[in-house]
Amino acid sequence: MINITKESEDDIFIIKVEGDVDASSSIHLDKAISDAIEKGQKNVVIDCTELQYISSAGLGVFMSYIQDFEDSDSRFVLFGLNKKVANVFEILGLDQLLTIVETKDQAKKLINDEV
Amino acid sequence: MMKYSLKVPCSKAKLKTIRSFVDETLNQYSISDVDLNMLVLAVDEICANLIVHTYSPDETVECIELHINVEENEGITFEIVDRNNEGFNIINYKEPMLKELVQSRRKGGLGLMLVKRIMDDVQFKSNGKGNICRLFKRISLADAG
Repeated sequence: MINITKESEDDIFIIKVEGDVDASSSIHLDKAISDAIEKGQKNVVIDCTELQYISSAGLGVFMSYIQDFEDSDSRFVLFGLNKKVANVFEILGLDQLLTIVETKDQAKKLINDEV
Repeated sequence: MMKYSLKVPCSKAKLKTIRSFVDETLNQYSISDVDLNMLVLAVDEICANLIVHTYSPDETVECIELHINVEENEGITFEIVDRNNEGFNIINYKEPMLKELVQSRRKGGLGLMLVKRIMDDVQFKSNGKGNICRLFKRISLADAG
């Protein structure tokens, strides 16, 4: 249903989310992000290339960390959303509150240019 | 009019079953992936809300019923029936502001907002037998053949 993998590339911490993020699985995504913040990761990137479905439970997880990343002057970038998933972020305008790009290279460039 | 029905136990693990049923049912019609996903999402949100707020001692009892009625030139009606009679937790629902949710670091509150944006009509009703949520989407569907 959901598979989460983590890897570090240079100073960037990448969390890859595969499968469906719904009310039963969003807790795993939540834990992955909160662990990254606890470990002091300043550049967190979410790889959504294999994310097939997201419901409000998943949107809520991303939304709940926007303030934390802002307060700690960290960067939080999502990339690789398919059309269906991107649309779900757009329904409520969450795409305007999060940083969403198309590719991993764009995510890295955005972070490296800002640092 | 075509009618389709599904009964599932009140368990979060069954949300995938519910989504697959909506997806497979409506895939018989010509509908875009994005539109179909939004309808699947709306049904998922209502069922998740019901499951999360229901105390179910026995997860094998099929307490959620989903009916899909397709009228090709009119649209699609979804009926989600809760036989547990716990009710939808929306009596005091007031739509929150997105900015306030972000500032308060809340994770909840988005489900019904999504449903209301996606659907043309959202109704909740109760009778002696249970609670019914009725969702209607105006959409013209042709049989994909």
